Amino acid sequence: MIKVTDLHKSFGDLEVLKGINAEVQEKEVVCVIGPSGSGKSTFLRCINRLEDITSGEVVIDGESLTDPKLNINKLRSQVGMVFQHFNLFPHKTVRENITLGPIKVKDMNQEEANKLATQLLEKVGLSDKADVYPASLSGGQKQRVAIARALAMSPKVMLFDEPTSALDPELVGDVLEVMKDLAKEGMTMIVVTHEMGFAREMGDRVIFMDEGKIMEEGTPSEIFDNPQNPRTQTFLSKVL
Amino acid sequence: MFDGLIDLINSPHWGNTLPFIRRGLALTLYITFVGVFFGFIIGALAGFARLSKNKIIYGVATVYIELIRGTPILVQALFLYFAISQSFGINFQAVTAGIIAIAVNAGAYIAEIVRGGVESIDKGQKEAGRSIGLSSSQTMRYIIWPQAFKRMIPPLGNQFIISLKDTSIFAIISVGEVTFLLRQYVSSTAVTFEPYVMLSLAYLVITIPAMLILRAIERRLDV
Repeated sequence: MIKVTDLHKSFGDLEVLKGINAEVQEKEVVCVIGPSGSGKSTFLRCINRLEDITSGEVVIDGESLTDPKLNINKLRSQVGMVFQHFNLFPHKTVRENITLGPIKVKDMNQEEANKLATQLLEKVGLSDKADVYPASLSGGQKQRVAIARALAMSPKVMLFDEPTSALDPELVGDVLEVMKDLAKEGMTMIVVTHEMGFAREMGDRVIFMDEGKIMEEGTPSEIFDNPQNPRTQTFLSKVL
Repeated sequence: MFDGLIDLINSPHWGNTLPFIRRGLALTLYITFVGVFFGFIIGALAGFARLSKNKIIYGVATVYIELIRGTPILVQALFLYFAISQSFGINFQAVTAGIIAIAVNAGAYIAEIVRGGVESIDKGQKEAGRSIGLSSSQTMRYIIWPQAFKRMIPPLGNQFIISLKDTSIFAIISVGEVTFLLRQYVSSTAVTFEPYVMLSLAYLVITIPAMLILRAIERRLDV
């Protein structure tokens, strides 16, 4: 589904990704963990080309991100992204946040889009919030709307960039529940996270990144119970 | 002392200036509205040019903005009305010259308002728009611009008030706006006090309500 080959990314002189090779199968949930500054967010942002790729290749469902003929807008509409800081559109209601993409990118009509928004809000448990503006929502509610907004495009894969890091601890659970439901439905997911509980429970595979490289990857039990790389061991001893 | 005051209050010049105020203010407002309208179009274009990654587009806009902001509007009006019309044989009507001067002058300041407004929107908004598949121009149109425009309203209102007052310098190129007419009144009657009080009031009648409206809008927009 997604194949990343020797991905390098530099910001000026600073090389943030130093040759990443990874593969994600359909319906797989891959959790990316690692210390801050390890390049895991940049890695995620390269997958829908919010960051331009310096060298290497990313192929999503047979389409290469570095192909000059690629329709990047179409590709992005098939790759859902959930941000740490939600990035909801503050001048639009919750419903409008969700329907904007389907209407403008997929030419869906208003009525159909509204129906879709109603379904998605039900799914994330916010049916009563359709007509409010994001400012009146809690962080956890905002993030669930952001997930609904991404799902409205019926993406083939969902990318989560530390979706719970900006939330008050008591609000993390609701967002993780929604993500677990998604995983159970068979959504392909790449989740950059500090929630080790989620990674262990829901991850099919866990990738540990440090200093712009993948240091170790494996099943949750391999990574959490029996890490081989000394850096993984050090990191986990600090966070667990 | 009191006789003088009573004479002043009963002076016929208060009433006599009114037709000139009315006629002049109409032209002042006309020049301001039309000038700022085109100034907004120029400013939006120049503002976006300043946000452009294309170095030539950026450079042209920067030169325009800095030339205008670095010279007085009086000099710009003189240049436009006398230097350009003489050297290139274009004969502007004075009013047209005034409108162009306001548009070009306000455009430079509005360009910076537009640039600042767009830049003030968190880059996460753009990323969110692009990540659901909106194109760059759709993201600007549906996401960035509505939010940026809201933030631009207070400074645009200020620019309108500044431009309104700037029209007074067109008296120097014989535009029949309110300052020009009242100066004529002064030179034909040799009375100074009443006409200039009335002239000041003429501007305040527009600027004070404009400022109050602006403040009310700001409160409602919560910006």
